[in-house]
Amino acid sequence: MSVDEATVKRIAKLARIAISDEEAHHYTPELNNILGWIEQLGEVDTSGVEPMTAVIPNKLRLREDEVTDGGIRDQVLANAPQAEHGFFTVPKVIE
Amino acid sequence: MADITDLGVAGLRDGFRSGAFSAREAAEAFSAKVSRAKALNAFLVETPDHALGQADAADRARAAGEEPKPLAGVPLGIKDLFATRGVATTAASHILEGFTPPYESTVTQNLWNAGAGMLGKLNMDQFAMGSSNETSYFGNVISPWRRKDGSNAPLAPGGSSGGSSAAVAARLCPGATGTDTGGSIRQPAAFTGISGIKPTYGRCSRWGTIAFASSLDQAGPMAQDVRDCAILLEAMAGFDPKDATSLQLDVPRWEANLSSDMKGKRVGVPVEYRVDNMPEEIEALWRKGVEWMRGAGAEIVEVSLPHTKYALPAYYIIAPAEASSNLARYDGVRYGLRDLPDGAGLQDMYAATRADGFGPEVKRRIMIGTYVLSAGFYDAYYTQAQKVRALIARDFEQAWEKCDVLLTPTAPSAAFALGEKSADPIAMYLNDVFTVPSSLVGLPAMSVPGGLDKQGLPLGLQIIGKALDEQSVLNAGLAIEERADFKARPEAWW
Repeated sequence: MSVDEATVKRIAKLARIAISDEEAHHYTPELNNILGWIEQLGEVDTSGVEPMTAVIPNKLRLREDEVTDGGIRDQVLANAPQAEHGFFTVPKVIE
Repeated sequence: MADITDLGVAGLRDGFRSGAFSAREAAEAFSAKVSRAKALNAFLVETPDHALGQADAADRARAAGEEPKPLAGVPLGIKDLFATRGVATTAASHILEGFTPPYESTVTQNLWNAGAGMLGKLNMDQFAMGSSNETSYFGNVISPWRRKDGSNAPLAPGGSSGGSSAAVAARLCPGATGTDTGGSIRQPAAFTGISGIKPTYGRCSRWGTIAFASSLDQAGPMAQDVRDCAILLEAMAGFDPKDATSLQLDVPRWEANLSSDMKGKRVGVPVEYRVDNMPEEIEALWRKGVEWMRGAGAEIVEVSLPHTKYALPAYYIIAPAEASSNLARYDGVRYGLRDLPDGAGLQDMYAATRADGFGPEVKRRIMIGTYVLSAGFYDAYYTQAQKVRALIARDFEQAWEKCDVLLTPTAPSAAFALGEKSADPIAMYLNDVFTVPSSLVGLPAMSVPGGLDKQGLPLGLQIIGKALDEQSVLNAGLAIEERADFKARPEAWW
């Protein structure tokens, strides 16, 4: 499988990374090079093999459903590029 | 007394306890060295006040007759991937510039609880993505080592924990934290002639460590020798309810149980770790390592890990896939950079912020990860990679029927010059060919220095162990350390 410039632009859009036509042009052979290399995995016979999801067997723990955190609004907002009235602020999304 | 900054973790701890010097003397000596070593670019932030504060607390406790904490008197360097309360934390990226965490990572909190202090935050590959420290937004770290050919070409300290490796090798700190996703502790340790261990996945909490690939990321120490690594790892590790993958196990007493006697141990030598174009010097060092193991009483067995060649391509699907998901959080809303072009809407703001904030290698990996997870390709890439990962795990399981630890080179070359591999991503990725397989399976693995190449640059040997058996890894490392008798140090030019 290989990607063309249109696909590269679509991937960048999905990843929310703005790229110019020139960058798409530059990325295309680079990504194809990497994708071509990782495609060698296709030659491995994996029939009957379960995909690995956890490297060390470890049961997910459950805890009591109780509040263990909170009351730190100002700390949460402290690093925001823009915060007003106790909220994160973003450009208008609804006209 | 000799220079206090020549001491390692054990030397500082024991010297402080015996009253040979105060913790403040140690913290001041290291802080002074850090501030004079700007040419290495190893530190992004210097925090002498933190180191001195912890030192003064240790001195006061000693004066009051209290039992000293395990790391009292020991100042450390901290990789900038660990969130440190009130101290800028960027993962060496532009997108996190200006971020000051209001919380402390579990690993660093554990170290402070043990009495250690922080000399500063260490440079690294951006978001831990790289093998040479060349992807940092804040400039390359320069290795303190130089080739003997007189060219003075600046060399890579390895990556991604390149600030950590350079700082320990240059004796700016007796030890440092690192993180390892595909070799980021072991390869830089090998390049700079120091030791470093990645413990079993789950030993060290990932809470407060900026995420790259969550199923692989694991913290570990980098230090002058094996004993120092054991001491630091004991302080860093431990169960943490805030990390769902943290192992609910007691921390073993690795230091107290160190032993270089390998009698009754079987050391496996994997035939597939002989790669094309590997320098003969590395082959020779590997053979020497085998002899050292035999000399320590071990039985040597040849083993096969048939899926080794597929580990790297599997890693370069899994790690970018997880990264593309983890790094979705950098959106210009909650922390870090925001790029808001005139009249831009929310979607444009996301895209502009991420285009401006992420470096080229990070973008490359996010795009690869986005692609392999996208509709129609998920099974062909991601599921297949996870199946191959299961086969790699099976290879190791079968090897453990024949041996207790594996011995391999750490990296297929000595340190390369900065710029030498940065134009070709795959050439750079191949540097991790020996470290990635154990990462994919979560096994403990460490690098110890074995010798120098013709250019006078360090070469490392890697020991890989069974899950949770850090002790055997450390012990085999100690056996090599005692026999290699590696004393070389870079001559100070910085």
